[in-house]
Amino acid sequence: MSSVAASPALPAPGAAHPRRPSTLTAYRWELRKLVSQKRTYLGLVLAIALPVIFVVFQNLRQRHDHADNIFASQITQSGLATPVLMLLFLSVFMLPLIAALVAGDIVAAEDGNGTLKTILTRSVNRGQVFAAKALAAMTYAVIAVFLAAAVATVGGVVSWGFNHVTTYSGTVVSAPEALLLVFAANACYLIPLLTVAAIGVLLSTATRNSAAAVVGTVGIVILLFIVAQIPGLEAVKPYLLTEQFENWHGLLRTPTDWAPIWHSLWVCALYAGPALLAAYLVFLRRDVAGG
Amino acid sequence: MSDAPLVPADDGGAQPVRARGLVKRYSEVLAVDHIDLNVGAGDVYGFLGPNGAGKTTTLRMALGLITPTEGVVELFGRDPLRHGAAALEGVAGFVEAPRFYPYLTGRKNLELLAALDGDGARERIDEVLGVVELAPRGGHRVGGYSHGMRQRLGIAAALLRRPRLLILDEPATGLDPAGMRDMRLLIRRLAGEGITVLLSSHQLPEVQELCDRVAIVDRGRVVYEGALADLRRQGGAGYRLRTTDDARALAIVRSQPGVEHALSGEHGVSFQAQESDVGALSLALAHDGIGVLALTPELATLEDLFFRLTEANGAAPGAANGSAASTAIPPPGASGNGESPAGSAPVLHDAAGTP
Repeated sequence: MSSVAASPALPAPGAAHPRRPSTLTAYRWELRKLVSQKRTYLGLVLAIALPVIFVVFQNLRQRHDHADNIFASQITQSGLATPVLMLLFLSVFMLPLIAALVAGDIVAAEDGNGTLKTILTRSVNRGQVFAAKALAAMTYAVIAVFLAAAVATVGGVVSWGFNHVTTYSGTVVSAPEALLLVFAANACYLIPLLTVAAIGVLLSTATRNSAAAVVGTVGIVILLFIVAQIPGLEAVKPYLLTEQFENWHGLLRTPTDWAPIWHSLWVCALYAGPALLAAYLVFLRRDVAGG
Repeated sequence: MSDAPLVPADDGGAQPVRARGLVKRYSEVLAVDHIDLNVGAGDVYGFLGPNGAGKTTTLRMALGLITPTEGVVELFGRDPLRHGAAALEGVAGFVEAPRFYPYLTGRKNLELLAALDGDGARERIDEVLGVVELAPRGGHRVGGYSHGMRQRLGIAAALLRRPRLLILDEPATGLDPAGMRDMRLLIRRLAGEGITVLLSSHQLPEVQELCDRVAIVDRGRVVYEGALADLRRQGGAGYRLRTTDDARALAIVRSQPGVEHALSGEHGVSFQAQESDVGALSLALAHDGIGVLALTPELATLEDLFFRLTEANGAAPGAANGSAASTAIPPPGASGNGESPAGSAPVLHDAAGTP
């Protein structure tokens, strides 16, 4: 700044009524920030690597013994069994972990780095910033789910062909229909997974600590799994978030069993709604002094 | 939502910063204790105080980052808590060190902030990078920037908003002497273009050079608010005297009419007096056979006044309360060391500007 007192000219003071940026603008920038961070790719690498490892391992196996799961028994007959199996495996722990990695970090990291105060002194309201962050965390979860599904589908089809599959009810469905069911099953799984992300956003906002929020989110998932195993608590089991991870199974029956999906919708709303509302209120009222 | 005007009504010439009875309490700790501030349009306003005095907390409340326990602060007549981002229209700056995304380049950081500003801020990125001379490094990641570069990027980010009020918290902290000089030049230039500046600083020479009005805070309270010139004038013109017999000289000084705040210290006798009375004093000393080794005029600097105000406040809490009716400025040397000044102290303006 040695010649700072001279030129170039300073921007003239602003107009009295500038236009406020939209929440969509803030959301786009949240995504750009995610894209620019290395840690973002950790979860996505897991989402890609696990289906790849699965397909490679299955290709290397000489024998495929009879399996209890109907899709496991079809693994070498149709590549479309692979994404269903992967969803079955990843839905329990890995995808909730991946969703928690970003959701638990998205507010706390900015608080810790002091950049939250940087963006809160611009022309967007706190509500807009919160909405953009929550949407970005959920977008990441959606991308992780469909990335894992896409890799599993491509890997399965390349290895074992684009063939028909037999569903849980014993009905044979054509390959295109099976592909559609794979997509729909992953979409249904997003209902509980986005709820996990909402809990992650709440913990991220409330704890102001990324590690605590990520571990806390995963901890809640594990806790609910344990609760589901406790004898005598069968009555609460249908209302546990973790029980909704299997809501998509109804799609793989003929006729389609929509009941678990509708059930998961309102059960998850009971978790996600209060979590997001609490996170929003905490974010609106909190003192931002970090960094 | 995107096309909604940022503010519903015109400023109507409202005061850039007006705080009344601001209080911030953290459990048992009273960080800010009924602070009043009045920053007028075009002011370069210094906000001074020792570490932990409550300066940064006050600025955080001004920018709506934290909620006051009591009181209200308005920027151009709008309360950040009630009006949200609309209250920050025309306002820019940073509290503590400016923070950026280290994994983004300087330019990308500004693009992000410009997107969150709207109002064509993106078109001003090259311009503001040029102003702070960061254009050649704009494409580098902020993670590799020096402290000084981040400070300059903070100024650039503020200028993107074309502010009418610039709030800067210790902008020269951590800069080398050349960087500090350049920062001063930039602030002076901004002030010259009509931007109101609220400058929190530990650099007393910087404030003395740049600011026309100051608030001095200590232990969460304003101990002085008003024109810097008034403060210095009321701090009084002082003299320092070294003689062949300082003990007897002190007694003579104290007996002279028109001489006030006479104190004996390590470096002789200090006192305050008009020039005409000093002549009489020198004759009185000679008459009593005391040789004058040195008689030096000492105009109170901001630094002197700052320490006299803040240290006296520490010695007698409440005695120098800006929210009280008046504030007495202790004489030079009376920094809680137990020595009593002779005569009465001049009175400073209180927070409301009353003498």
